[in-house]
Amino acid sequence: MGRFGDRLFRGASLGASLVIIAIVVFVGVFLLWMAIPSLAADQVNFLTSREWQVGDSGNLRFGIAGLLWTTVLSSVVAMLIAVPISVGVALFITQYAPRRLAGPLAFVVNLLAAVPSIVFGLWGIIELAPRMQPISSFLEDSLGWIPLFRSGVSAGGTVLVASVVLAIMIIPIVTAISKDVFEQTPADQLEAALALGATRWEKIRMTVLPYGRSGVISASMLGLGRALGETIAVMIILSMPAPGDPFNPSVLAGGETFASKIANNAQEFDTPEKTGAYIAAGLVLFVVTFCVNAVARLIADRGRANP
Amino acid sequence: MTAELVDTRPQAQPEPLDLTRPRGARTAKNLLATVLVSAATLLALAPLVWILYSVITRGIRVVLNSNWWLQSQRGITPLMEGGGAYAAIVGTVEIALICTAIAVPLGVLGAIYLVEYARGTKIARVISFAVDILTGIPSIVAALFIFAFLITLLGLGRSAVAASFALVLLMLPTVLRSTEEMLKLVPDSLREASYALGVPKWKTIVKVVIPTALSGIVTGVLLGIARVMGETAPLLILVSYAMGINFNPGSGVMASLPTMINSLRDQPPGLPGFDRAWGAALTLILIVIALNLIGRGISRFSKLKEK
Repeated sequence: MGRFGDRLFRGASLGASLVIIAIVVFVGVFLLWMAIPSLAADQVNFLTSREWQVGDSGNLRFGIAGLLWTTVLSSVVAMLIAVPISVGVALFITQYAPRRLAGPLAFVVNLLAAVPSIVFGLWGIIELAPRMQPISSFLEDSLGWIPLFRSGVSAGGTVLVASVVLAIMIIPIVTAISKDVFEQTPADQLEAALALGATRWEKIRMTVLPYGRSGVISASMLGLGRALGETIAVMIILSMPAPGDPFNPSVLAGGETFASKIANNAQEFDTPEKTGAYIAAGLVLFVVTFCVNAVARLIADRGRANP
Repeated sequence: MTAELVDTRPQAQPEPLDLTRPRGARTAKNLLATVLVSAATLLALAPLVWILYSVITRGIRVVLNSNWWLQSQRGITPLMEGGGAYAAIVGTVEIALICTAIAVPLGVLGAIYLVEYARGTKIARVISFAVDILTGIPSIVAALFIFAFLITLLGLGRSAVAASFALVLLMLPTVLRSTEEMLKLVPDSLREASYALGVPKWKTIVKVVIPTALSGIVTGVLLGIARVMGETAPLLILVSYAMGINFNPGSGVMASLPTMINSLRDQPPGLPGFDRAWGAALTLILIVIALNLIGRGISRFSKLKEK
């Protein structure tokens, strides 16, 4: 029984692992297989066009330039907002807060990750967007000559509002990972800094920040990966430009991301050609998030190898 | 106290900080850092408080009505008062259960294979890589894959089961990674003690390793369920929303809390239907936070501590 049980158990766990590998390979191959015919039939350049006409399967015209811009812009702005705040929170939890407060504080920040993304979307468009109007007007008035702050939609559904919501959504993940690396700063380094007479901030600058740098960068990249793929919150918030509207690169404009484009048009997946176009867009999103996550992991591994 | 240490230090300066500069500037910097770090923490907590406040104040009236938990929305337009989230709650729970029933065995067995059988081998690296790819899959891409495969290619209809499949792709890596972490924490001495008594490997895993790690595994599973329950995009694409109750996950549209919020969010504020969107949001948040709290409560009693 022992021998047989061993073989059975080993087989079952190996089987499960192989199923997981098979799923991943199948997802990748299948998506490619579905996307290629549509890509081949595409009448415009897939990477540089902003057109999206997939209704007529004889004349598919679709390109991802606009989607890529909005996706990357909203996620990068979100990261610029979220990373400094997250590092601050992680420093507060590990270096400033009394021990009794640190645990509960980390838990409360984590609760932010428990809020479902559709609730973020609902709150973002109903509560946050109207209150961000003054900030948007200020940016438009003072920096409007830069294309990035050119006047866009007047209602709340701007890239900027979406970015703020995305930032809130990635704060818990960036904070949690940063906190973990900061906590592992070697005690002798901390003590050495204190022995030199460093103030608390100098101690942090000399030991905690250099030690945690690669961890923070990799945490930020993971957050970026999360922001790139976020669907529903962005879909609810962003105003969709009317077809034929001129391209507006501004954070004060609306737009569509890969994810929101796909989700917005779920009703359209009726022919393989149309579906293939959306799958091609989804694949680009998949590849971008994969690269970002891979970079995050590389940095984390290198940081671990020689701290 | 630290100031005295500074004043008596020898003049030779280690880089990068000049610790003999006038005390005032250094204290000021230290103070500034303290203020910024505390401000970041407040800034990170503000959205959580704000979101909880809006969801509770807007949703509480609807949720406190006992009909909310006992009735569906069948026959109720957004203009009418009444009805409840019963169908949506049942749908959400049903979809989460199907997803859990598939993801947990696969994830736990995969983790067992990784830790107990394949530690450090080539196949372990391949499995890890596959799981990493799954971790980075945006939910909309998972949904798109299931749609293209089950519905476009195989011609099956939309159903709760299809949505569950997409959620499995998202839950699987969470379960596998958290189980893997817990299994790694089980001390080898426990395994060796069991082998020394002549217990076969499979029995050691089932009777010694898993029970030791169980609370951690359960916590990971609960957090995975909580995360998956809030996912909206796969439900939107793969089951749509039904007002009435449908107990059959195998076919037809089914209500769920996220899609209920989504179907009501476009109503003008002030309509009873719009209030119910917030009621559904509050219900979903309550369920998800409860799962989080239970998960963390269980891990508190865990025999294994990460640090």
